[in-house]
Amino acid sequence: MIDFIWLIIGLPLLAAILLHFVGRYLGEPLSGWLASAAIGASFVFALVAALPFFDGGAEASTVLLWEWMPAIGASLEIQWDPLSALMTLVVTGVGTLIHVFAISYMHGDPRFARFFTDLNLFAASMLTLVLAGNYAMLFLGWELVGLCSYLLIGFWFTRPSAAAAAKKAFVVNRIGDVGFMVALMLVFTSFGTLTFAGVFERAPDVLTTGTATAIALLLLVGAAGKSAQVPLYVWLPDAMEGPTPVSALIHAATMVTAGVYVIARSAAIFELAPAASTTVATVGAITAIWAATIALAQRDIKKVLAYSTVSQLGYMFLAVGSTAYVAGIFHLMTHAFFKALLFLGAGAVIHAMHDEQDMHKMGGLLKRMPVTGFTMGIATLAIAGIPPMAGFWSKDEILASAFERGGWFSFLFVIGLVTALLTSFYMSRQWVLVFLGEPRWSEGVEPHRAPRLMGVPLIILAVLSIFGGLVNTPFRYTLEHFLEPVFEGISVQHPPEGIGMFLILAGLSVVAGLAGAGAAFVTYRQPASSWQRFEEGLQPLWGTWENAYRVDDVYGGMLVAPGKKAAELSAFGVDLPLIDGAVNGIAGFFVGLGARLRPLQTGYVRNYAALLLAGAIVVVAWLLAGGL
Amino acid sequence: MVDPGLYMTVAAVLFFIGALGMLVRRNALVMFMCIELMLNAVNLTLISAGRAMNDINGQVAVFFILVVAAAEVVVGLAIIVAIFRRRSTASVDELNEMRG
Repeated sequence: MIDFIWLIIGLPLLAAILLHFVGRYLGEPLSGWLASAAIGASFVFALVAALPFFDGGAEASTVLLWEWMPAIGASLEIQWDPLSALMTLVVTGVGTLIHVFAISYMHGDPRFARFFTDLNLFAASMLTLVLAGNYAMLFLGWELVGLCSYLLIGFWFTRPSAAAAAKKAFVVNRIGDVGFMVALMLVFTSFGTLTFAGVFERAPDVLTTGTATAIALLLLVGAAGKSAQVPLYVWLPDAMEGPTPVSALIHAATMVTAGVYVIARSAAIFELAPAASTTVATVGAITAIWAATIALAQRDIKKVLAYSTVSQLGYMFLAVGSTAYVAGIFHLMTHAFFKALLFLGAGAVIHAMHDEQDMHKMGGLLKRMPVTGFTMGIATLAIAGIPPMAGFWSKDEILASAFERGGWFSFLFVIGLVTALLTSFYMSRQWVLVFLGEPRWSEGVEPHRAPRLMGVPLIILAVLSIFGGLVNTPFRYTLEHFLEPVFEGISVQHPPEGIGMFLILAGLSVVAGLAGAGAAFVTYRQPASSWQRFEEGLQPLWGTWENAYRVDDVYGGMLVAPGKKAAELSAFGVDLPLIDGAVNGIAGFFVGLGARLRPLQTGYVRNYAALLLAGAIVVVAWLLAGGL
Repeated sequence: MVDPGLYMTVAAVLFFIGALGMLVRRNALVMFMCIELMLNAVNLTLISAGRAMNDINGQVAVFFILVVAAAEVVVGLAIIVAIFRRRSTASVDELNEMRG
């Protein structure tokens, strides 16, 4: 079984290659089904291969596929342990559902097959990332998912905004990647290898606190880029220019969680760098509340979800920064369920509304599309942290772990709690604005029920959003035991012991959740004029949030504009006059010289003979005069 | 024995006749003959110098020059014949295509 583990990556990769060449002949919907089948088969295979871990006691194993650069420990090797198995199951499981959804969503697109090629390539890249047995292969997957993200954000590249968003995502990710690469160089100079086994085992002996902190902070830079944390989160909201299934798969459920995965995977290094861990948690908490406030005031249905994703990723960073790695991974998993569901639901709504994304022009959709409405309602409750939904358990574990850690983390706990309130408010606001109240549709829009192919993935994800949290409750820490072998020898932060403490903390977050949801219901159930007055009343704060604190303008003024200036200077101030000038100048000099010497060649033999003779006479005269 | 200076003088005269012909004549064939004249003038100096200094190398050099000159004549005449066939003229003033 384990010898064929490469099939998990191989199947989607093979499908991607196949679709690249023959996709256009397969056409619609066959190419979509092929892609779905490939990743579905990956899921089934991963499930079977992961079975031994569920019993407990199964050993983690690495499979060497190909010696790439053995000298630096960079080879294609797959690490199959509970953490990578869990990530694989999330990626392939949620991925399969989104693939199936996309068959219906992308109906009629002229580049239907190409979409699934890219989607499968992404799946293969993401699986390379999570299954990697060393940092080099992980980085390979890391860059490949960035590429796929670029391709898919810019899938409708004829729209200038989509092309710009794709470019922005790519460039911002590059900034993070530089940090990541330097981290890998430091790892290599410290350990002489990049394999996980070689690094983590010897980490306590090799690393000083200083080196460990440097590596950990650089990893954080990379993770912040990929996982959209402050200050590198700006690409994710723009990434919503891509087709909605892409937003669901890449920019909510899987790729953006890679940063969380990397930090959890590198727990052995973060263990030695408490300061770096605290930084991670602080960045996470700041991101969580920062993005949550922006999400409050968004009008675009996908923008709300985008900022919500940034905020939830902040929670995960808060968790792994508090060394509550299990809680972070747990939230990663539940978030994948309900955020994928929210995005797919939003996709169905946008589809039904004829590509309308403004929530002010929706409303009353529950009657028209009950399945989408109810499943999105479940996801809203899940993300708001209402028990017994999945989000409640995972979010509560994060907050409780931070609380138990104490000190500075108590403050982060408070931020997390406030964020929970905000989350519940903006998500409920979205649901009420879209599904309840009077229809505010543009003229001519006739919303229709989502096709069955869209409905089925929604229902499956809704079930997961309800029950997914039960894998790790204070009554039964199944996931914790499952992941125990991965974090062996690492002090993992746990929530406080005892049911009493759990009830107090859970009560607090439930109260926060209910208060947010209640406030949103009360406010937005009323006629549009009423809640518009409410939003007006909160000016200028509301406007600041709606404009996302104008961070894009600040970056534009501080970084992008000077960057463009510098590029212009080097192009038209240095390159053109100096470098091109030197090259053209030398060429011009010889052209001129040649033009002047040309008349010497008269073409008459006698001229040449005369010159020859004159030369001979000069030489002879010189010799006779006693030369030499 | 004749004074080598006389041979040298004759050779110099021959050389300058050849050089002058080279400069003033237009017919390729005549110019070619002028070149031969100059070559042989040089041969004469080599032989007489060799004889006067009692050195056989002077005459050996002449043999080499004769052989090379024969080869050169073959190529040169062939070119002239080819040009004449194509252009019906052997005047070098009409062959100035290589003007810069």
